[in-house]
Amino acid sequence: MSATASAATILTPADSAAMTRREPTPPEKREISARWQDVLFEKTTLFFALFVLALLAAIIGSLIYGAIPALQAFGPKFFVTNVWNPVTFQFGALAPIFGTLVTSAIALAIGIPVSFGIALFLTQMCPPILKRPLGTAVELLAAIPSIIYGMWGLFVFAPIFADTVQPALANTLGRIWLIGSLFQGAPSGIGMLAAGFILSIMVIPFIASVMRDVFEVVPPVLKESAYGIGCTTWEVVWNVVLPYTRVGVIGGIMLGLGRALGETMAVTFVIGNAYKISPSLFAAGNSIASALANEFNEAANPVHLSSLITLGLVLFILTFIVLACSRLLLAQLAKGEGKQT
Amino acid sequence: MTHRSYVAWSLSLAALTFSANVLAVDITGAGATFPFPIYSKWADAYKSKTGVGMNYQSIGSGGGIKQIQSKTVDFGASDMPLKPEELEKSGLVQFPAIIGGIVPVVNLEGVAPGALKFTGPVLADIYLGKIKAWDDKAIAALNPSLKLPADPITVVRRSDGSGTTFNFTDYLSKVSPEWKEKVGSNTAVAWPEGVGGKGNEGVSSYVQRIKGSIGYVEYAYAKKNNMTYALIQNKEGQYPKPDNDTFQAAAAYADWKNAPGYYQIITNSPGKDSWPIAATSFILMHKTQDKPANAQEVLKFFDWSFRNGQKMAEELDYVPLPAALISQIESSWKTQIKDASGKPVWDF
Repeated sequence: MSATASAATILTPADSAAMTRREPTPPEKREISARWQDVLFEKTTLFFALFVLALLAAIIGSLIYGAIPALQAFGPKFFVTNVWNPVTFQFGALAPIFGTLVTSAIALAIGIPVSFGIALFLTQMCPPILKRPLGTAVELLAAIPSIIYGMWGLFVFAPIFADTVQPALANTLGRIWLIGSLFQGAPSGIGMLAAGFILSIMVIPFIASVMRDVFEVVPPVLKESAYGIGCTTWEVVWNVVLPYTRVGVIGGIMLGLGRALGETMAVTFVIGNAYKISPSLFAAGNSIASALANEFNEAANPVHLSSLITLGLVLFILTFIVLACSRLLLAQLAKGEGKQT
Repeated sequence: MTHRSYVAWSLSLAALTFSANVLAVDITGAGATFPFPIYSKWADAYKSKTGVGMNYQSIGSGGGIKQIQSKTVDFGASDMPLKPEELEKSGLVQFPAIIGGIVPVVNLEGVAPGALKFTGPVLADIYLGKIKAWDDKAIAALNPSLKLPADPITVVRRSDGSGTTFNFTDYLSKVSPEWKEKVGSNTAVAWPEGVGGKGNEGVSSYVQRIKGSIGYVEYAYAKKNNMTYALIQNKEGQYPKPDNDTFQAAAAYADWKNAPGYYQIITNSPGKDSWPIAATSFILMHKTQDKPANAQEVLKFFDWSFRNGQKMAEELDYVPLPAALISQIESSWKTQIKDASGKPVWDF
């Protein structure tokens, strides 16, 4: 192949590209081939980038198409009714939407402070000898497949949770007026709160490693000047590091929220899978993703199937809203920045 | 070995395997997950015997029905039989292939397996949420010798659509008019009560976890996990033990002869020894075959499996079909499954 190419008098771009790897080319030929390579490279990468867009559009399109029968049958009522009856084919998405939002909120409520602490310690206070192993351990948590979290959650976490954490919560917070209703019912180790806990463990590595990475890039001169005027570590972090890394921190949280919203297997194992809206976090609930995982296989009726696809569309829209909100928030923060200076 | 000769070798090997594939007609099936372990075991044994492979994808009963309707597979499999008019509409025939049993399991301290007794209506009332505690009068009346705690009952059921749920809810609908009216039967229903576990393993681990819980699983799971199963009163007022004999009895007593298209759900079957919640899994095929050679291979496969696969089935805690039913099924193949010219595909 290479022998015939070098013997030929007229070179095709591909041939000359192959040659540049093997033998030095005269400068003028090199220039032509380099220009060709650039064009080729640009078009190829453009194609890949557009391919993602096309794929996204295709997914949205097919979700909307699939959702039509359910929306025709139930109308906008679908999103606000709490009924899920595969026998009479009455469907409404309120319970899974509620469950998805509540479990994700719990996950973030626990995950953000913990991740913040991890990232702070790793970047500001950690002895260098611990930095690598601790950082790797956090990243390894992200590499565990979600089904493992689910199995672990069901077989190991749920019994411990039922025997220790839930009774403790019921006996303390559960007695307080108003908040107490969140912690009522039998401590079975399964339910919205357990799902939220498992989710928080799953989102921590994402949020913590992004936070750590952005905290690392704060210029030392900024921090040192703050220390120089007598700030404590907390004051440095709160007034210098956080404002400087705002965009990255919010990005990390959104990444975690994205994972929490769409997490399927781990939630399915511990949430209890009941189409119910209960004020108590101990009660069984359902999330959009786990409803899909549970029922897609056996949904033979077209309206049932379409309702599940509509649930998928809702999840898509929820994720989109989350992304849009984070953009808005960042824009708002940027505006405030301009006024202060 | 040089690189070039290695490539040549692997190419010729690939060519060989390709030509072998062309010679044998491999058959394909898709559907129910419940019988997947036994179908694939039969397929392995059959392949080593005859060289004909069988590919079975366990995509769920609903998927199996869709696939056979669109003719992408040679046979479909479903835990839920199609009604005769549905079969007629899609030009399908169905026959049962394997039997299993569903048992209620409980988590109650000091209660031995098989000691606790239920009647169908009591079981339905528990799942309806009307009986809320273990010391309820209705349960105590059936179990005078047991001392049951005053603990609340936690109902556990399947969260995913499944044939197990279909047969369980079908049984409850047969024995409780209130269940039939309020909930009904399907592969998934709107449960009035309880928490849902994914798959048999999900339900069994919830039941093992939660004190005072009750669930329903396939017998194989209860046996493997040494769970406390309960007895249910059958149609004749007896309390048979759940095992292969009583599951087979339920299938044998079922009136297959007068069931057009084998539309027969064998829950609440007559017969003194019949376990009340037995279940059959069904095979679906087209009446008129575009590819009679494939259809013949499918029937040969099931014929071989019915006659030689009983032991394999029992090892996996399935129950083979009773002999009388097998001959009835095979004679129905002759009259029902034909090629385009109307010649029976099965003529052995």
